[in-house]
Amino acid sequence: MEHYLSLFVRAVFIENMALSFFLGMCTFIAISKKVETAIGLGIAVIVVQTITVPANNLIYTYLLRDGALAWAGLPDVDLSFLGLLSYIGIIAAMVQILEMLLDKYVPSLYNALGVFLPLITVNCAIMAGSLFMVERDYNFTESLVYGVGSGASWALAIVLLAGIREKLKYSDVPEGLQGLGITFITIGLMSLGFMSFSGVQL
Amino acid sequence: MSKHTAKEVLLNPIFANNPIGLQILGICSALAVTSNLNTAIVMSVALTLVTGFSNLFIAMIRTQIPASIRMIVQMVIIASLVIVVDQILKAYAFSLAKQLSVFVGLIITNCIVMGRAEAFAMQNPPWISFLDGIGNGLGYSAMLITLGVVRELFGAGKLFGIEILALVKDGGWYVPNGLLLLPPSAFFLIGLIIWALRTWRSEQKEPAPFRLAPQVSDKEGI
Repeated sequence: MEHYLSLFVRAVFIENMALSFFLGMCTFIAISKKVETAIGLGIAVIVVQTITVPANNLIYTYLLRDGALAWAGLPDVDLSFLGLLSYIGIIAAMVQILEMLLDKYVPSLYNALGVFLPLITVNCAIMAGSLFMVERDYNFTESLVYGVGSGASWALAIVLLAGIREKLKYSDVPEGLQGLGITFITIGLMSLGFMSFSGVQL
Repeated sequence: MSKHTAKEVLLNPIFANNPIGLQILGICSALAVTSNLNTAIVMSVALTLVTGFSNLFIAMIRTQIPASIRMIVQMVIIASLVIVVDQILKAYAFSLAKQLSVFVGLIITNCIVMGRAEAFAMQNPPWISFLDGIGNGLGYSAMLITLGVVRELFGAGKLFGIEILALVKDGGWYVPNGLLLLPPSAFFLIGLIIWALRTWRSEQKEPAPFRLAPQVSDKEGI
């Protein structure tokens, strides 16, 4: 239990997807002008990440990894080079299924998230979650915890940034630095702040 | 559509319409791999080739792709190209591939590749699309290499791992700025580059959402 808790805390704070690995930056910058939309997108990312990382873990363990096809009588087959293609396929399919399910059973949530769901397919944070999971050899439970944690870390970061940008609108920024430039510098400062977590030993 | 000339398509993205500086595309990898010049250059070459060829192939079959599943078709083409790049890197430059870790795989979700496929290759013939892909790749590379040079030169006093500025700890004169090797510095640098770029080419400036009123108007003064 302790092991999973520390994995979760590490995923959220120390290895923050957005602020220490800079993943999902395109959406991170484009959709962070308002706190409300940032929260919507954040929740969508947590949900998708929680589903796709464990799903890709199963695919990797039982289909792709070296010797994984032993149950089908093919112990010498190594399909790990197909990894990238399968992960992105799983992610796209999951997002599509989630969209249809939400539309049918929870229309209110669907309306709230509707716009953001398709965007998530091309969010690098989701893809990176699966790739990190493979690189670090997580087992199924670990990958579940890591999925929730890394999704939460991204959501936390985008909500924080949106909060800052809402205030920043009213400040007098030098011309030419307005908009994109000052946003980058803000993220840089936030990421410096998050680096202080890197001293935490777990 | 023949209004795009080869030169314009190839050179425009470098300064006038830089994918990172203006279109906010493909930033993720720009930050993570630029702490030294080697990885920055490998990443630039990989991305330029992937963008060029994915544009080429998508433009070739653009009339055959049904509109409703075009995303998935584009995704499959891009993912296959990235797998080729990944396998080549693992075969011939294993230590570099280890350093780049997941970022080669993340070219798939790099918005530059998808963005150009969707915005340009779907409407234009193959050759010009290929040039457009290469051009945008070069725009990305220009930004990455600038960042790589600044960060490695001033952060570690080296370029390509060869010492340029003699460090104090080896009896030289240069005190390295460790901050530049840390990830946040990439954000500051990109912010400053955008500032410089927009001062030089003022048509790229974004209008401010609010204007501050002057502190003292005539009426307040009375």
